[in-house]
Amino acid sequence: MSGPKQGISAARALRRTLPILTGVGMIIAWYAIDMAMSPEQRFLLPTPGAVARAFVDEGPTLWGAALNTGGGALLGFGTAVALSFVLALILSLSPLVRASFYPYLMILQMTPIIVMAPILILWVGPGLKSVTIITFLICFFPMVVNTTQGLVSTDRNLVDYFRMCKASKAQEIFLLRVPAALPYFFTGLRIAGTLAPIGAIVGDFYAGNSAGGQGGLGFLAIIYSSRFQMGALFATAAVSCLLGFIFVAGVVALSWLALHKWHDSFSQSDT
Amino acid sequence: MTQEARSPIVELTDVDKRYGDGPTILDKVSFSARRGDFITLIGPSGCGKSTVLKLISGLSPASSGRIVVDGAPAGSVENLAFVFQEPTLLPWLSVQRNVELPQRLNGAGKGPRAETARRSLDLVGLSDRTDYYPRQLSGGQKMRVSIARALSVSPRILLLDEPFGALDEMTRDHLNEELLGIRQQLAWTAFFVTHSVPEAVFLSNRILVMSANPGRIHEEVRVDFPYPRTEETRESAPYQKLVGEVSRILRSVERLKQ
Repeated sequence: MSGPKQGISAARALRRTLPILTGVGMIIAWYAIDMAMSPEQRFLLPTPGAVARAFVDEGPTLWGAALNTGGGALLGFGTAVALSFVLALILSLSPLVRASFYPYLMILQMTPIIVMAPILILWVGPGLKSVTIITFLICFFPMVVNTTQGLVSTDRNLVDYFRMCKASKAQEIFLLRVPAALPYFFTGLRIAGTLAPIGAIVGDFYAGNSAGGQGGLGFLAIIYSSRFQMGALFATAAVSCLLGFIFVAGVVALSWLALHKWHDSFSQSDT
Repeated sequence: MTQEARSPIVELTDVDKRYGDGPTILDKVSFSARRGDFITLIGPSGCGKSTVLKLISGLSPASSGRIVVDGAPAGSVENLAFVFQEPTLLPWLSVQRNVELPQRLNGAGKGPRAETARRSLDLVGLSDRTDYYPRQLSGGQKMRVSIARALSVSPRILLLDEPFGALDEMTRDHLNEELLGIRQQLAWTAFFVTHSVPEAVFLSNRILVMSANPGRIHEEVRVDFPYPRTEETRESAPYQKLVGEVSRILRSVERLKQ
């Protein structure tokens, strides 16, 4: 019996080492491409070493900007989650309410952020406020749509059971509809979680403000590109990527906490 | 069985039911149940047997006629519980909290409702599964939890709409015996809907065979085997004979339909 088991653990070990090997291969290829470039072009593609050096040199600026952007992203995301939940509760009350709100939600979603940004800047001024509102606008729609869908998709039999038990409307909503909507809510949260840091960086790109150290990653990207600091630009991209990962990891952890005990998507038999 | 209270606990008089302008579902249905009766409704699909349960529970009103439940109009009675064909458990609540749910909805305090829930789970033999979630249970166990939940409100009337229809025969037989065992202890009046003749004969003291289009009570069959009934009851000749007899009536009702 040890034969197949050894085969499985070997396959597992291979699965773990392969991504590392791919990474090493990519860094080698990166250096190779850099060497093959003519000396005049070489500044366009900084080596991994140059990017690492930029990390050290620009460290305080980068992390400060990441903190600003992360703060704006979290604030916009959090507001979107809270307000979308309230709106979803209202929308779930009747198809009539949904019909009267949905067209305007669509309009909000269809208007590109690039067009909204200048309006917002004129309204509330550049900086954290604009960044937060832009993040909010990007996260709001997927949250509302998913949560509403969840609230109106409650198992008919369970609703009948609650009515038979003479449950109040509030009990039906908070003991039945809301928990039943959690899987949908977390689907929305996952989408919004990936969009939030992107929204904050895009927002910062348009509405960033360096005054008082408020500049974020988007603003930093503009500055570095205007100075041709390619290493620092790559470092900014890496930090932005990290911020995105942190958001997604946070959302995945939350959804695990809320669902793993009871929801079929975490069923043991799948693995 | 305490048989001293001979007054009817449920009484239907000339009850008609139709939804809107649709066809008549129930036509002049009349019967009365005494305390402690175990009445099974059996008949072809569409004969309105589930509708009878809904009317008694007050989930749906009668179009005409009179329904008196425990001396009051249907729908106003507290100590009544329904077990559906689906277990209808909340997947995000543990077994214990699922069984506590009806009391929680009634506003009962945490301590007493936990205590009653534990006792109900004890009755269905699941006191070692209190912390499990529904998805960790088998079909039969889920149905047991659903029954425990119904028992947790100390019902005087239990309405069961094909509760074991989705289970395999072994599990079904076993749960039938358990259900009768619990009845020995708690003495509720039961109304049971099923498609299975052996199940009907095993459980009930009265079987109402219904016919369809419109739904009527075609014939009442009395089952006089003494309780408690066991595996031996199932193997006995009188039981087998009665199963055959009820099946014949059911077949004649089916022919009537065509």
